[in-house]
Amino acid sequence: MCLGIPGQVKEIYEAGGVRMGVVDFAGITKEICLAYVPEIEVGDYTIVHVGFAITQLDEASAQETLRLFAEMGALAEELQVGEESQAGTA
Amino acid sequence: MKYLDEFRNPEIAGRLFDEIRAATTRPWAIMEVCGGQTHSIIRNGIDQLLPPEIELIHGPGCPVCVTPLAIIDKALAIAAQPGVIFCSFGDMLRVPGSSKDLFTVKSEGGDVRIVYSPLDAVKLAQAHPDREIVFFGIGFETTAPANAMAVFQAKQLGLRNFSMLVSHVLVPPAITAIMESPATRVQAFLAAGHVCSVMGTWQYEPLVERYDVPIVVTGFEPLDVLEGIRRAVLQLERGDARLENAYARAVSREGNQPAQAMLADVFAVTDRGWRGIGVIPQSGWRLSERYRAFDAEERFAVGDIRTQESPLCRSGEVLQGLLKPNQCPAFGQQCTPRTPLGATMVSSEGACAAYYQYGRFVQAEEIGVQ
Repeated sequence: MCLGIPGQVKEIYEAGGVRMGVVDFAGITKEICLAYVPEIEVGDYTIVHVGFAITQLDEASAQETLRLFAEMGALAEELQVGEESQAGTA
Repeated sequence: MKYLDEFRNPEIAGRLFDEIRAATTRPWAIMEVCGGQTHSIIRNGIDQLLPPEIELIHGPGCPVCVTPLAIIDKALAIAAQPGVIFCSFGDMLRVPGSSKDLFTVKSEGGDVRIVYSPLDAVKLAQAHPDREIVFFGIGFETTAPANAMAVFQAKQLGLRNFSMLVSHVLVPPAITAIMESPATRVQAFLAAGHVCSVMGTWQYEPLVERYDVPIVVTGFEPLDVLEGIRRAVLQLERGDARLENAYARAVSREGNQPAQAMLADVFAVTDRGWRGIGVIPQSGWRLSERYRAFDAEERFAVGDIRTQESPLCRSGEVLQGLLKPNQCPAFGQQCTPRTPLGATMVSSEGACAAYYQYGRFVQAEEIGVQ
């Protein structure tokens, strides 16, 4: 039920006094209610649940998380290489 | 798909598993609150790849599963009435009531329709002024803003033929109930990311303090779930109890304020029965007095509901994390997704459905999997 899908806002317009828009989900577009994300602009990413944008996706934060994941692996690999080279000299 | 694929990277998942293994020295029991997370965990085999010390307890965060039987029976009674178009999210149609489900009502001639969004039901009300349109308004805080907007719009449009059967539930009171239960084994929580997108994380600060329990706000993709588990394990190993946000790209401390303002207008907090669990005080939303005219329970006199649960179904224990689905004697026998005895076998977020769909018919230890 609480499934939320990230998508990119392609169009924004008013329909019957409500802020609506078109959101692109990797090629599939749908009309989505944008009333709860009043500051979102065309090109921004959002998370959509039952036809409603529930939050603007913070792209900088997403990149930061991915960077931390990548660093975590790099550190582990360095330690592993360190251990292996130590084992080699022993 | 952007912002999905990156969070499903198997190589990084392997590193996160390594980190969790390296950090774990003792047994820990962590509850993922949300059924969407349960499905992600079982589908990706995360529970089987974690160190054996880490037990994931599946929480009650499946709104379809916890919608009380009396409300399901009311839905069935309303949907069967002539002149009614009964609209629901698809998940609800196979949920067993006392004697039948919404699919059966449909096959018997009831006009039951699946909608993607609650606004679709408002459009139906505009298109069919001669019919009564009833929307089945269930869900946690994630879904509530959508349902609230439908009622708000119906009022703005002056629609007299639209009403909502409301059975909304709230996560923080459920966490309180779990922590107050003497049977609880939960030592840390992964909080439901999209609930927090709407409500913010601040609601969880008092829970962390009161119960001295780590709570990590967690997303739904495999890397999100692993990062939530990693942070929970690190806290448990250090003896910390803090609120952490492992889903910062979608969750802020304050949450979605326009949505919260709409919720405060349309809904009011109420005691709510949870199927299989019982009444949890102040754990749900009903329509506020301002929107009472749109309450389907008042519009349709459907009193005298006598509920009858299956005597074989043990979904209440599953929902409280006291029983794994495949420990239930009826699992995969009398109870399958085609012949469900309880809602946990029906919903795309139910723990029993996840175990059935991904072939968890026996306990891992029974087949020698570590």
